Amino acid sequence: MLLAALNALDRKVLRNLWEMRGQVIAIALVMLSGVATFVMALSTIDSLEQTRERYYQDYRFAEVFAPLVRAPERVAEQIREIPGVSQVQTRVTALVNLSVPGYTEPVSGQLLSIPDDGRPALNQLYLEEGRRLTPGRDDEVILSDIFAEAQDLQPGDSISAVINGRRKQLTVVGVALSPEYIFQIKPGALLPAPERFGILWMGRTPLGTAQDMEGAFNNVTLTLAPGADEDAVIDRLDALLAPYGGQSAHGRDLQPSHNYLSEELRQLRGTATVIPTIFLAVAAFLLNIVISRLINTQRTQIAAMKAFGYSNVAVGVHYLKLVLVIVVIGSIVGSVVGVWMGIELGELYLTFYRFPYLDYVLEPSVLAIALLVSAGAALAGTLYAIRKAVTLPPAVAMRPAPPALYRETLVERLGLKRWFSQPTRMIVRQLQRRPTKALLTVVGVAAASAILVLGQFSGDSIDYMLQIQFDRAQREDLTVSFTDPASAQALYEVQGLRGVTYGEPFRSVPVRLRNGHRTHRTAIQGLPSEARLHRILDENQEPITIPPEGMLLTDYLAELLDVQPGDELTAEVLEGRRPERTVAVAGLVKEYTGVSAYMTVDGVNRLMQEGHLISGLYLAADARYRQEILQSLQERPRVADVTAQEDAVASFIESWAETILTFTFIITLLAGIIAFGVVYNSARISLSERSRELASLRVLGFTRGEISYILLGELAILTLIAVPLGLVAGWLGSAGVAEAMATEMFRIPVVIDRSTFALAALAVLVAAAISGLIVRRRLDHLDLIDVLKTRE
Amino acid sequence: MEMHDANGDTRRTAPNGAPEDRENVFEVRGLTKVYDMGEVQVHALRGVDLDLYDSELVVLLGASGSGKSTLLNILGGLDTATDGSVRYEGWDLTRATERELTRYRRHHVGFIFQFYNLIPSLTARENVAIVTEIADDPMTPDEALEVVGLGDRSDHFPAQLSGGQQQRVAIARAIAKRPAVLLCDEPTGALDSETGIIVLDALDRVNRELGTTTVVITHNVEQSKIAERVIYLRDGQVETVKVNEHRKAPKELEW
Ligand SMILES: Nc1ncnc2c1ncn2[C@@H]1O[C@H](COP(=O)(O)OP(=O)(O)OP(=O)(O)O)[C@@H](O)[C@H]1O
Ligand SMILES: [Mg+2]
Repeated sequence: MLLAALNALDRKVLRNLWEMRGQVIAIALVMLSGVATFVMALSTIDSLEQTRERYYQDYRFAEVFAPLVRAPERVAEQIREIPGVSQVQTRVTALVNLSVPGYTEPVSGQLLSIPDDGRPALNQLYLEEGRRLTPGRDDEVILSDIFAEAQDLQPGDSISAVINGRRKQLTVVGVALSPEYIFQIKPGALLPAPERFGILWMGRTPLGTAQDMEGAFNNVTLTLAPGADEDAVIDRLDALLAPYGGQSAHGRDLQPSHNYLSEELRQLRGTATVIPTIFLAVAAFLLNIVISRLINTQRTQIAAMKAFGYSNVAVGVHYLKLVLVIVVIGSIVGSVVGVWMGIELGELYLTFYRFPYLDYVLEPSVLAIALLVSAGAALAGTLYAIRKAVTLPPAVAMRPAPPALYRETLVERLGLKRWFSQPTRMIVRQLQRRPTKALLTVVGVAAASAILVLGQFSGDSIDYMLQIQFDRAQREDLTVSFTDPASAQALYEVQGLRGVTYGEPFRSVPVRLRNGHRTHRTAIQGLPSEARLHRILDENQEPITIPPEGMLLTDYLAELLDVQPGDELTAEVLEGRRPERTVAVAGLVKEYTGVSAYMTVDGVNRLMQEGHLISGLYLAADARYRQEILQSLQERPRVADVTAQEDAVASFIESWAETILTFTFIITLLAGIIAFGVVYNSARISLSERSRELASLRVLGFTRGEISYILLGELAILTLIAVPLGLVAGWLGSAGVAEAMATEMFRIPVVIDRSTFALAALAVLVAAAISGLIVRRRLDHLDLIDVLKTRE
Repeated sequence: MEMHDANGDTRRTAPNGAPEDRENVFEVRGLTKVYDMGEVQVHALRGVDLDLYDSELVVLLGASGSGKSTLLNILGGLDTATDGSVRYEGWDLTRATERELTRYRRHHVGFIFQFYNLIPSLTARENVAIVTEIADDPMTPDEALEVVGLGDRSDHFPAQLSGGQQQRVAIARAIAKRPAVLLCDEPTGALDSETGIIVLDALDRVNRELGTTTVVITHNVEQSKIAERVIYLRDGQVETVKVNEHRKAPKELEW
């Protein structure tokens, strides 16, 4: 027998653990949740980061990216000569409209050239299916895998694209992944929509021919020599490409795919610190109350052990072992669960982030840190109680603990006393006598409610944001962009199409805005001053009339540039004649995505010193004629792209729904564990401290229900205090998270549905009620005689 | 089941040891209690036959382990019998449900234990009030404390009272509901003799003034002199019943 092999004291450890197994399990569960979240998040971060790093290296992901209008190929030589540049890959790109057989919605494609030999120097392809392009063929393309998968396209299928105004039939020969498109989202889009936007790789010669770019390029990517200064290279590159319409180069930090994934990892890192900290703090608190109580009831045993000659250290180690067993159970099981969840989470990420492989990485240091941190938290929670027990002189320990001192509480002295029955007085006095325990219980339960609110809030906020964005702001059905600025005449032409009920022009130009040393690159959107479709909103979500003079800025952009309405900024246009002007900030716009500046269409035309030109149209269309309109628009040579609004949202929500549901479920479970652990342990401690008086009351003729009221009433009060506090904390926490997560791309408004608050409160109350019921069952089986036979 | 009114007049005793003109409160027949400890069975009571009468004060004597507490606990509805019957005013306790036993304890029985078992978070008065709040026709807490001579300590918490005072609060708490029976398991066990006498005096007064049927367990033979009858238990059975010709007042005791 294992038990026989242990010495007597270790057997006592095991028996004590067994006697309080309910509490041990509750604490181990809380600790396990913290460790599991920690291991899951960190192993996923390590896996994604290391896989990404390896992928970037193996497939030579570029470090600097520069779009431009058109430059002769020889410019590539000059780029190569910039100090710090290592490898250069020029290419031809085009954003085009695609037709996929059997799919009637508009689809856009990003065409990217690869050298005719099929081997780009940078941003190489991982061919997942099919074959490489055949040199000499002009109708072959390779598709990005997420698009091929969403559209169910295989090598051999054909699609067509309108390239430079001419419809061209293309044959899919392969499906590939690229480090440049780990995350694939249409430029300027808010949400990914895999079946509506794809990457297509095509040979340089055929694409160059189709795009009138023979011997020229409109996009260049490069890598840096070791030790090169990225900013310096970017400045030189900008200067070099300026005459060719270079629209300012950027590093990986502004590359969408890289940026999205980095942002995701940053959030995951936040999760990896915040959630485990909460759980371990709760576990430390639970251990504290449980071990303190255990030591209290074992006072005389401790005295006896010491009287027999056990040293202080031996007694201390005895109780530490008890704590460490719980820590070891919690962290080992937690690590196993964490690894499993990490693998699952990695898989989940692969549905949005495409890698040719995902190496699951579990750094031993992650496990070591998890163990050390949980042990540290456990010791922090218990060391004081253990120290106190150990240093108590045996003669003092031998005597029972001095009687508890009770006083009338403040509420009673305020004159409320006569309304309180004796059981109620017992409750309030107990709370007053153990304020720390009461406080920590409140904090623990509040933490559970806060976590629930935090877990739900991003979903609520995104719902709200989408609703504002698509119901109040962007109410167009279709967005048409032209290949080049067109005359206003285009509006009338398109409005004439059958089924187009209304149309609005827009003029969009890239700019760099400057206020002193602060600069920001964005686009100025020229819109009709009283738009009906594409509206801009103030902070009350009311449409704003664009003033004839000056410019409106997204609030976030105004913050970035440190300007207020009335201030002036310099706008440096990065297109056409590249004029530079001083413009007044006329007002601020509330937007949750992107950073833009707004003017009237006329205002932009004046700024550009151009005639009445427009970049595209927003259209309202009768749904019955939608297909017809789409078809006729796509046939037009100067239409670069048509985007349909509505289903983008639906498809996004569909793809994220499962993720969000899983996430909500896990959060609810975790918070439930905390609420359960806290309330259950609190109740068990109270039961153990008060079983004697409760038994006395039973003897006096109190019913089970009546004594339950005394014990559970205390917990009910604490829970009812804690839940509202937790909801407020959750709301504040959400605001903090929103603040921390705000980026140029995305700012989450702090919107929490009433149903979220209700659900959070309900989940915590249910968890508390369950633990209350378990304790109630023990209360029903209270052995009256046994309890009363002995002096405590 | 009616509450019995106080009547503290003189009593005569019948030849069989039972007070002749009194009704019988408890009728115990063949009472057996076996504790099943898995491998061994402990026979705590082996067929106890016993009658207890209205308003009498009985002392239970017997060696440790003879079954005194077990008997008292069953009489008080704290424990259930294995076999036999206990009738309280004709009502069979051994067949009662948990709910009925709670009601029985609530309205008819007062308990006093060796270790007072007061509620530490309530004052003396509140410890009594906790019972009067749920009883049918109770005294006020102050009246009950007056009976045990603690009227001036009613706002003290148990931690601020001596052992003897705590035990008297326990007595006040037990009698405040005017119970029909008062069951005391070694009420003076944790007290010195002087304090013990004060406590016994309180019990004696309650019995005389309120006429509460009182059963007191003690190990102290001297204390049995305050009883009208002394019942000796041995190995879970009634060995003898002795009738005291002269019931001594607790103040006259010496130990
Ligand atoms: N819960 C129990 N489980 C098992 N045996 C028990 C239990 N309670 C009492 N006993 C046994 O029943 C017998 C009678 O016990 P009881 O407590 O009635 O004795 P007692 O006369 O009150 O003794 P004392 O004077 O020491 O209090 C004893 O042998 C005791 O060991
Ligand atoms: Mg006993």
